[in-house]
Amino acid sequence: MIRFTAGRLVLFALGLVVASVLIFATLRLLPGDVAQVIAGTTGSPAQVAALRTELGLDRSIVSQYLDWAGGLLRLDLGRSLVTGTPVGDEIADKLAVTLPLAGLSLVIGLLIGVPLGVLAALRRRRPLGTAVSVGAQVLAAVPAVWAGMLLIALVAVTLRWLPTQGFPIDGWSDPAAALRSLVLPAVTIGLVEGAVLLRFTRSAALGALDADYVRAAAAKGMTRDRALVRHGLPNVMLSVVSVLGIQVAGLVVGAVLVEQLFSLPGVGRMLVADVGRRDLTKVQGELMTLTAIVLAVGFVVDVVHRSVDPRSRERGE
Amino acid sequence: MRRGSWLRAVVGSPTGAFGVGWLALVAVAAVASPFWTPLDPFATDPYAAWAPPSTEHLFGTDSVGRDVFSYVARASTTTALVALASGATALVVGVLLAVLGSLTPRWARDSVAVLIDVLVAFPTILIAMALAAAFGGSLGVVVIAAGTGYGVNIARVSRAEIRRVGREDYVLAARAAGVGALGVVTRHVLPNVAPLFAVQLSLAMATSILAEAGLSFLGYGASAETASWGRLLSDLQKFIGVHPWSIVWPGAAITLTVLAFNLLGDAVRDAGDPRLRPRAATPADRPGVVS
Repeated sequence: MIRFTAGRLVLFALGLVVASVLIFATLRLLPGDVAQVIAGTTGSPAQVAALRTELGLDRSIVSQYLDWAGGLLRLDLGRSLVTGTPVGDEIADKLAVTLPLAGLSLVIGLLIGVPLGVLAALRRRRPLGTAVSVGAQVLAAVPAVWAGMLLIALVAVTLRWLPTQGFPIDGWSDPAAALRSLVLPAVTIGLVEGAVLLRFTRSAALGALDADYVRAAAAKGMTRDRALVRHGLPNVMLSVVSVLGIQVAGLVVGAVLVEQLFSLPGVGRMLVADVGRRDLTKVQGELMTLTAIVLAVGFVVDVVHRSVDPRSRERGE
Repeated sequence: MRRGSWLRAVVGSPTGAFGVGWLALVAVAAVASPFWTPLDPFATDPYAAWAPPSTEHLFGTDSVGRDVFSYVARASTTTALVALASGATALVVGVLLAVLGSLTPRWARDSVAVLIDVLVAFPTILIAMALAAAFGGSLGVVVIAAGTGYGVNIARVSRAEIRRVGREDYVLAARAAGVGALGVVTRHVLPNVAPLFAVQLSLAMATSILAEAGLSFLGYGASAETASWGRLLSDLQKFIGVHPWSIVWPGAAITLTVLAFNLLGDAVRDAGDPRLRPRAATPADRPGVVS
C-alpha cells in the first residue's frame, strides 16, 4: 500500500510538471510579439518595452519557465497583466464558488447515476430498465449548455422557482441565497454527469449479477434483487469510485461552461474572460489550478480505491 | 468476418439503423446546404424577428429575423467538417501514441505509457482554452484540442490490445520472414485492431461535436461568419426569458448527432470483434463528457 501510494504520488508530481510545461509552452507559442499583442495597437513603443521587461520576455524561455514554476512551488502565481492584482488571491476567491459547485454536481450525479444504474441492471429485460437505459443514452448526448438552458426555461422562467442567473454579491454571507443560485447549475452538470455514471453503474451491476457470489446467494434463497444489493453493491461501488477520477475532468469542463451560462463568478468564468483579454499570467494560473485539481482528485481516488479494495490489501503488505 | 455481413449487422440493429440514418441526413445537409437552403441563412429581416414556425419558416426566425431552419441546415456543414477533422486527428494521435507505447523497447514503451496516463487527465476544453489564449479562438483550435484530447484516450484504450496482437504468432512469423517494423505494424498489427479504432473514431466524433458546441458557445469556436449550432445557442441564450422555446432546434440538432455517433459506435462494437464486447462498458468508452 505504501509502495503503491508512493508510486502514485510520483506519477501525480510528474503530472504536475508535465502540465506546467505544456501550459507554459502553449501560451508562449503566441505568434508574434507577446508584449505587443497584450499592449494592443494603442500601446506606445515605450509601454511595449516596459511590458517586455516586466514579463521577462528579454530573458531565455527556460529561465522564464523556471521563474514561474518556482513561484508555483511557493503557491505564488504571479500578478495579473491587466489589473496587477495577485493571481493566487483571485483564484482562491473564485474557488469559493467553483468547488462547492463541483461538489454539489458530483453529489447530484451520483444520486442520479448509481440508484438508476442498479435499477436499469435489475430490470434490464423489462420496459422500465430499457426506458432508463435509453434515457441515459440520450441524456449523455445532451450538451451541458443546452441542458442548462432548458432548465432555465423550464424551472426559472416558466415556473419562477429559482434565480436564473448570478450569485449573491456578498458571496456566502447568506448561505441559503448562495446555495439557491448554485442549485440549477449543479443540477445541469449533475444530470449530464449522472447519465455517464448511470451507464457505467449499469454495466458494473450487470457484471455483478453474473458473479458467482451473487448467483450463490440467489441459489440459497435470496431474491436476485436482494442478492445484488447485499453482495454485489460493494463491488459496484468500487468500480464507480474508480471512474470518479475521470469524471472530475468532466465536472471541470461542465463548470467552465455552466458558470458562463449562469453568470457564476467562478474560476471557469474568470478563465473564459481572461482568455479574451489575453491576460497570460492569469490564464496560466487558472489552467494550472484546474489541472492540478483534476490530477489531485485522480491521485486521491486511486489511493482510496486501492485501500478500500480488500483484494489489494491481502495481496501485498 | 466478411465485410458485407458486418455492415448488415450494424444497420440491422435498431440503434445502428438510427445512427446511420441520422448521420446520412446530416451528411446530405452538410454537402447540399452550402449550395442551397430554403432561405439565405444569414439574411436578416428585423420585421420578421421571432416569427413562429410556419411553412415559410419551418423552425421560425430568431432575434434578427434569420430563418432558423436554413441556419441549422447550413451549420451542419461546420459540424461535419469539425467531426471529420477531429476524428482524423484523434486517430493519428491515438494510433501513433498507442504504437509507441506498445511495440517499442521497454524504456520507450513505459515512458509513453506514463505520458498517456498524465495527458488523459487534461480536459479537452482546457487544452482549447490554452490554445485560444495563444492564437485566439477558431474552429482549428477546436479540432486540435478535441483531436489530441480524444487521441490520447484512444491510445489509452488500444495500447493493451495492440500489445496483445503484437505478440501473436502471425506477427512473429511476419517478423521472422523479414518484414520491416513499419510493415509489421501497418499490415499485420493495425488491421487486427481496426474494429476497436472504428468504435473509438465514432466516439471521438461525438465528443468533438460537443466540444465545438461548447467552445462556440463560449465564443472561442466558430467565428461570427460561420454558421454553428453552438453559436446559435449562445445567440438565443440572451432571449431565453422572452423566447425560451427557440433554443430547441440547435440543441436538438447537436443532441441527435452526438447520439447518432454514440449509437453507431455501440453498434459497430457489437457487430464487430466479439472479443471487444467484455470491455464494452469500461469508462474509457466514454470519458468525461466534453461539451
